[in-house]
Amino acid sequence: MAKYWWKILCTILLLYVITVGMLIDIPYLPKLKESIRNLFYHVPMWYTMLLCFLLSVVYGIIYLRKNQLKYDVISNEFVITGLCFGALGMITGMEWANVQWGAPWSNDPKQVGAGLTLLIYAAYRILRHSIKDDEKRARLAAVYNIFSFALLIPLVYIIPAHFASLHPGADNKPFEALKTQDNLLKYVSIPAMLAWPLLGIWIFDLRLRIQKLEQPETFIA
Amino acid sequence: MKIISLLLLFIVGFMPVFAQETMQVTDVNNNAGLLHQNGQIYLVVLVLLTIFAGIIFYLVRLERKISRLEKK
Repeated sequence: MAKYWWKILCTILLLYVITVGMLIDIPYLPKLKESIRNLFYHVPMWYTMLLCFLLSVVYGIIYLRKNQLKYDVISNEFVITGLCFGALGMITGMEWANVQWGAPWSNDPKQVGAGLTLLIYAAYRILRHSIKDDEKRARLAAVYNIFSFALLIPLVYIIPAHFASLHPGADNKPFEALKTQDNLLKYVSIPAMLAWPLLGIWIFDLRLRIQKLEQPETFIA
Repeated sequence: MKIISLLLLFIVGFMPVFAQETMQVTDVNNNAGLLHQNGQIYLVVLVLLTIFAGIIFYLVRLERKISRLEKK
């Protein structure tokens, strides 16, 4: 039971985010109107992706230091989970943009940055598939992972901050959007930013345990 | 599996069509209380909760299955 507490917490928080997020009376926003509720569902997808990619590069570095294959497996599973959430963020973002900005894709700097990020991490998966030798694959993947994470931060935060963007808050600091947010929205947006990443970690946990069953010899050491 | 992914692609492809419709409706009556006017939003919440319950049920099933395999 003690092992499961955060999964139960995740379920409860997500129940709260779904019901309260849909039913709460939101402040009147002239342009976004009711679609601001997407803040509780679309934005956390990207936070989940960022968390997964951050943990993935951390485990990549640990692999390079310790040279044990299990860290490489962990790093890879984080990338897969992160890509799933990134794809969801991209699809939901395009659906939202189609209504609010008039087109699913309008070359908004943040859109382009996020798209490039997804492509870079998709290339990570292709790179892995193209190398047969375990050790070589793990080492190359970890190094590539460091480079792609080093690109991720400027692509998602720094470069969009220097261009006019359709995204709110993108023209100044990343947390400015949260600071200027109405208090009413924060009641849901803050739990949402905790709950969805927890769901991501849950899915990662399941994936990793399957890997442990499939290749127990990697995880003994 | 192939059929499911094709179906998903089909649904996702048609989503903008539905989204456009809702946009027109909100443009006609742009008052903040629109969502709660006719109470139908509760139905949507019910649908969302059902889907969410399904996903959690699936994750818990996987969780149990993996735990059982781990015990072996």
